[in-house]
Amino acid sequence: MGQNKLTLTIDGKQMEATMGQTILEVARENGINIPTLCQYAKTTNVGACRVCVVEVEGARTLVASCCMPVNQGMVIKTDTKAVRDAQRLIIELLWSSGDHNCLTCEQNGNCELQNLVYWLQLEKPRFPISPPGYPIERTNTMIERDLNKCILCGRCVRACNEIQVNEVLDYARRGSRSKVGPAFDTDYIDSECFFCGECVDSCPVGAITFKQARFQGRPWELKKVRTTCTYCGVGCQMDLNLHDGKIVKVTGNREYGQPNEGSLCVKGRFGMDFVHSPDRLKTPLIRKNGELKEATWDEAYSYIAEKLSVIKKAHGPDSIAGFSSARATNEENYLFQKFLRAVIGTNNVDHCARL
Amino acid sequence: MTNSIDEIEFTDAIFAIGTNTTENHPVIGAKVKRAVRQRGAKLIVADPREIDLVKYATLYLRQKPGTDVALLNGMMNVIISEGLYDKEYVENRTEGFEAMKKVVEKYTPKHASKITGIPAQDIITAARLYAKARVASILYTMGITQHTTGVDNVKSIANLAMLCGYVGVEGGGVNPLRGQNNVQGACDMGALPVVFTGYQPVGSDEARAKFEKAWGVTLPPKPGLTIVETLNAAHEGKVKALYVMGENPMLSDPDLNHAKEALEHLDLLVVQDILLSETAQLAHVVLPAACFAEKEGTFSNTERRVQMVRKAVKAPGQAKADWEIISELSTKMGYPMNYANPEAVMREINQLTPSYAGITYARLEKEGLQWPCPNADHPGTKYLHINRFSRGLGLFTAIEYIPPAELPDKEYPFMMTTGRVLYQYHTGTMSRLSQGITERAPESLVEINPKDAKKLKVKEGQFVKVSSRRGSVQAKSTVTERVPPGVIFMNFHFKEAAVNLLTNPALDPIAKIPEYKVCAVKVEAA
Ligand code: SF4
Ligand code: SF4
Ligand code: SF4
Ligand code: FES
Repeated sequence: MGQNKLTLTIDGKQMEATMGQTILEVARENGINIPTLCQYAKTTNVGACRVCVVEVEGARTLVASCCMPVNQGMVIKTDTKAVRDAQRLIIELLWSSGDHNCLTCEQNGNCELQNLVYWLQLEKPRFPISPPGYPIERTNTMIERDLNKCILCGRCVRACNEIQVNEVLDYARRGSRSKVGPAFDTDYIDSECFFCGECVDSCPVGAITFKQARFQGRPWELKKVRTTCTYCGVGCQMDLNLHDGKIVKVTGNREYGQPNEGSLCVKGRFGMDFVHSPDRLKTPLIRKNGELKEATWDEAYSYIAEKLSVIKKAHGPDSIAGFSSARATNEENYLFQKFLRAVIGTNNVDHCARL
Repeated sequence: MTNSIDEIEFTDAIFAIGTNTTENHPVIGAKVKRAVRQRGAKLIVADPREIDLVKYATLYLRQKPGTDVALLNGMMNVIISEGLYDKEYVENRTEGFEAMKKVVEKYTPKHASKITGIPAQDIITAARLYAKARVASILYTMGITQHTTGVDNVKSIANLAMLCGYVGVEGGGVNPLRGQNNVQGACDMGALPVVFTGYQPVGSDEARAKFEKAWGVTLPPKPGLTIVETLNAAHEGKVKALYVMGENPMLSDPDLNHAKEALEHLDLLVVQDILLSETAQLAHVVLPAACFAEKEGTFSNTERRVQMVRKAVKAPGQAKADWEIISELSTKMGYPMNYANPEAVMREINQLTPSYAGITYARLEKEGLQWPCPNADHPGTKYLHINRFSRGLGLFTAIEYIPPAELPDKEYPFMMTTGRVLYQYHTGTMSRLSQGITERAPESLVEINPKDAKKLKVKEGQFVKVSSRRGSVQAKSTVTERVPPGVIFMNFHFKEAAVNLLTNPALDPIAKIPEYKVCAVKVEAA
């Protein structure tokens, strides 16, 4: 065994781990499920929610597995009565302190709080339900916030500060309650927010959602298609979320890895309206008497083919040129230059990389 | 990019020159910021504007627009005179050092300071920060290339990186960040007047023979015309027909009035696009194209990573994918192109392009591949020039500073520089249709320093008229310290304030890139 390797026992099974790993990491690697809420990969483990508690032999209290590093010979139990009781108490408190009305929530079926209520088989919270009564923030078109659903896990704050490093979100105090949001408790639109949407993707519940996607399809009705962003040269991998043949929203996916590891920017996230714009060209157009008039593909092809042949014959192939596109695919750029070189017979082909 | 995006986060020092990374490449910007905040990397930012990245910088250098070569030479002067360069690397892997050294000798920090306006001490500090790092990465974009000295600027950057032995190592490199999603791919695929795919020169008999055999035609050896040259030739009546696929030269050309006249001269203008762009409005024939979400294919990102584009929704009306349109037109013209799908096109690319030979759709399904990828088992290439440059030895180029083609004078006392803003994209045809984005950046803003605003009696939000020797536009002003006194900034996303009516079409003699980044203007309250 290597120097930094060690062995421990979780739920009666012996397993190997590396020094510096947390209990949670080792458990997950070995297929043992420990629920979490505040833990969010690639950000600091803050140990805020304590949903991930486990029993460690010799420890006086339950420990938060997301923060606790493993030791040689540790004996851990993840499913004792004490653990489940603690988890139930936490979830019931979260449930009762918010407005968790799944009937109208966009995250219904895709909510980590809902999942835990079900998993712990809770019928209803033992405490009276008393949401804070915050107004819902609908002051911009892109992101909607209903902090009555916020469970204060802090994932959005860490996503904004540690992943995007936009340093917009923080905790604020308002009366007896904490609140997450931009400085001075302003709305996103009045803050320094860049609308990257990282906080939306990170939120485990329905507190931060995509406004334009509201009532446009529930999580299980959406189909996701992975593609590459069409804006800048980073080439972010993204999921187009579709419903009824329309793009409803764009989400990141951390499993896709490089180059963006699930992060996006405002253009990739909110710049897709053009796809379904009524201004899109729908038929070929040919200029007749100074005006562009609708035509069929056949008419358009014949018109172009004939003109190009005449011009080529009269003035030679170098009197014809083509501008290819940095927005078209590789295959299309290939065919475009092939068309000019092989069919027309000229090297007059360029694209706007130099512009 | 010689290196990969993920390396930026784990390098020791980053030198960002002429790149407004957080606005133009936001996700790379996030990695730069993480490197600084979480891993203690040193960040040097050189930009005439005080961009957001400055907030995270160890050192900020505000050079006068168009003086990058002087700054870079100044840094190299310090690195050589203090013996901070990688002697072994220079000895074994490069040539031309002595000639370069001789030119650089003149650019003492004091001399470089006079040209750039950066304090001499800061040039010295920058040189030491960069050269003393374990490994350092240089990032740049159009701020470097869109000058009459664009090629010089790029070569100077390469000089600096080689001098310190940072090329061909993980975390290092010379890293141009591409502005548009598939600029890299368009170049790789030979959408350039001088090369076929994979940069195989049209002038090479061997390359031509290979493509002639594959395509069954004879091919011309004569280099073609660039975009700007094409428009000039159209103006002169030498080019009669132009086929434009998904471009909008009517808003992106450096001299719009000239571009419009050129296009109006044509006997045939075909425009294939997703929207009726300014250019399409002048066309004889307009062909409706599918957008990226409506077709299959691949894009190559700025780190040479080829990735899948997938069909998610149906194209509107009769619109078709560009590859279908080209194939059908070609077939109509007597040269059949019968590709079943884009994958079949990629198979042809694989056969003709050594650097793309191993890049197949089956392999791209899960994750992109970075070229060169010469065969089906090759894992792709994370960073270039390991142990050896493509040309053998790395070549230092001796480069003198040349001032921008047009400098402020009495009549046009301001220097104007142009660029993008976070919320909009290129000529705005796509991004301006987004409701959310338009809410955040509804109109063009001219950035003016408070001192200048006071002199001109211009208040925040007031309209100003900006004129150059070529034209004038009006736009709202925003009074901000982001720009230094004497410099204004405009973006090129809005047709209502088309800055390319103002910019100088003077070209870099080699790359033929227009000088978008500097021109002389005057500003008046409108
Ligand atoms: S959208 Fe981005 S910048 Fe704005 S608060 Fe969320 S994470 Fe921060
Ligand atoms: S808004 Fe969402 S992510 Fe942020 S603290 Fe509340 S529940 Fe967590
Ligand atoms: S999401 Fe933003 S950073 Fe990513 S590729 Fe698109 S435009 Fe570039
Ligand atoms: S997940 Fe461990 S404390 Fe929240």
